[in-house]
Amino acid sequence: MSTATLEPPAAHATPPGLGTGPANKKRQTDALLYLDDLRVTFDGYKALRGLSLTLSRGEMRAIIGPNGAGKTTMMDCITGKTRPDTGIALFDGTHDLLTLDEPAIADLGIGRKFQKPTVFESHTLSDNILLALKGPRAGFSSLFGWRNRVERGRIDALLETVGLLPHRDRPAADLSHGQKQWLEIGMLLAQDPKLLLVDEPVAGMTDAETAETANLLRRIAGEHAVVVVEHDMHFVRALECRVTCLHEGAVLAEGSIDAVSADPRVVEVYLGR
Amino acid sequence: MSPRSRLIDPKGWIFLAALGAFCVAVPVLNLVVPEGSGLHLPTYLVALFGKYLAYALLAVSLDLVWGYCGILSLGHGAFFALGGYAMGMYLMRQIGPRGVYGNPVLPDFMVFLNYKELPWYWYGFDHFAFAALMVLLVPGLLAFVFGWLAFRSRVTGVYLSIITQALTYALMLAFFRNDMGLGGNNGLTDFKDLLGFSVQSQNFRVGIFVATGVALALGYLIARFMTVSAYGKILIAVRDAESRTRFLGYRPEHYKTLAFTVSAMMAGVAGALYVPQVGIINPGEFAPGNSIEAVIWVAVGGRGTLVGAALGAVLVNYAKTVLTGAMPDAWLFALGALFVVVTLFLPRGLVGTAVERLGGRRAAAKLPPEPAIAPKLAEEGQGS
Repeated sequence: MSTATLEPPAAHATPPGLGTGPANKKRQTDALLYLDDLRVTFDGYKALRGLSLTLSRGEMRAIIGPNGAGKTTMMDCITGKTRPDTGIALFDGTHDLLTLDEPAIADLGIGRKFQKPTVFESHTLSDNILLALKGPRAGFSSLFGWRNRVERGRIDALLETVGLLPHRDRPAADLSHGQKQWLEIGMLLAQDPKLLLVDEPVAGMTDAETAETANLLRRIAGEHAVVVVEHDMHFVRALECRVTCLHEGAVLAEGSIDAVSADPRVVEVYLGR
Repeated sequence: MSPRSRLIDPKGWIFLAALGAFCVAVPVLNLVVPEGSGLHLPTYLVALFGKYLAYALLAVSLDLVWGYCGILSLGHGAFFALGGYAMGMYLMRQIGPRGVYGNPVLPDFMVFLNYKELPWYWYGFDHFAFAALMVLLVPGLLAFVFGWLAFRSRVTGVYLSIITQALTYALMLAFFRNDMGLGGNNGLTDFKDLLGFSVQSQNFRVGIFVATGVALALGYLIARFMTVSAYGKILIAVRDAESRTRFLGYRPEHYKTLAFTVSAMMAGVAGALYVPQVGIINPGEFAPGNSIEAVIWVAVGGRGTLVGAALGAVLVNYAKTVLTGAMPDAWLFALGALFVVVTLFLPRGLVGTAVERLGGRRAAAKLPPEPAIAPKLAEEGQGS
């Protein structure tokens, strides 16, 4: 386990008796995302059994693991969709994610791309980007405010980044599956989050599309921290980042792709099957 | 680019032009063309058309929440009736000592029920401005509280529809009671005048007809302003993928509550304009059937088009007038058949289908997704 263990660095270590109440606002950790001992039970089924993970600013991390390993549940916990039974989830060292709901967490700067691409199908591509753009999101501000006066160039630049500019005025429903995945990544970029959670971005993509997506994500990392959940090992290799393997709701191994894929327990639960 | 689309699109211009022409032609044909002429429009028809326009405003308000936000309200008649009651209370206070019992303060039904003094909630209704404010505030406040509670608890789809239905039914039962102090079973009637004009007079009939037309145009423009803004785009996004909007940082409950409240206020105005034209408001207006009929108007005209909702309201009510005159028993069957036919063969409604034919796929993509009638169940399919 030597190369592939999660050893929380001293700087990230949690002081004993850490309180996560609202009064405790001082920075607990330098990590952008700090998850400790998350446990989630669905009707008696233990989806997460003490998951711990830290992610630095600007880091890209790939999460692998067999079905049911808890990859999506972990994302649900981070984004407020699921409340864990116990555990600690800190964002940016100060924000306790377990006390916030989805919009508040999105507002902190955590963006998410779903496994099944979820774009607003009846809106054009440019409107999809428009709605995602970072900025005040209250009802009155969208009725009268800045979101009605966004410059075309700002939206087009984002569409250009994900290679969809020629389709800017088409309804998103017209896009192919792969194009929807890219549009959703474009929406994530428009949100300009500190952390992007990307769930199976290349599912259903051709090899060429997959390679392009890997390029796109590599370009994004650095400015934003990125967590990618993916089954496609070629794709994970192409991301050239640290890999965490989950199994039965906890971290099994962590390290470079070569170290993780060489780990006999990983081979046993995942790659070997 | 300016993300705010044009406020008035081609179908909007057609609608406003037709409405304007109607609001000029009807008064001219009634007031200017002499009574003997074949072109003369009898005053009772002016009142009937005015009633259609009030219904059209109700339909536009319903389309704002159903077509753009996916809230299938089966209780919009409640807001309409509340606005109507607020206006009715003003009209009752205007009767003054001209009632059967001649009591200068208490309306006839209160004298009859041995009321000694005016209940507190009738205070202020002798002033038109106060009553007009209540026409907006009472439905608006109810919708705000109801919407806030329901949307915050993430009640959607059929469950929400059933609760709205229960809301209007509960209000109907409450208003039927004599001790509500609002006329019970008989409601409020025997109106004499509004702002000094006799409600029976020809000039008043024409005046309120035009006022209803103006209110419909304004209601349309307000709804249109909301739906073409970024706010409206988010509303549509909430309709199609509510939980996705949360992960972008929007609070759908705020967006829905705002739309629901504005819509309820619009419905209240429609009710307030309706009551002086029909001369009565009673708890029957809260009947769930009325709200469901309004849903059918919108479905026939085309959800998510605003113009279609208004058109549907006028056409269906015209058909109702004709059919109930010719074959009174057949109306409900005809209405049911209409609903089935529209659902099966014109799921986008009249205007929606026209937009699809003329404007192509791109224009149609803006419309609510088909199965027009089945309300969207709480979406669970986000991620896994």
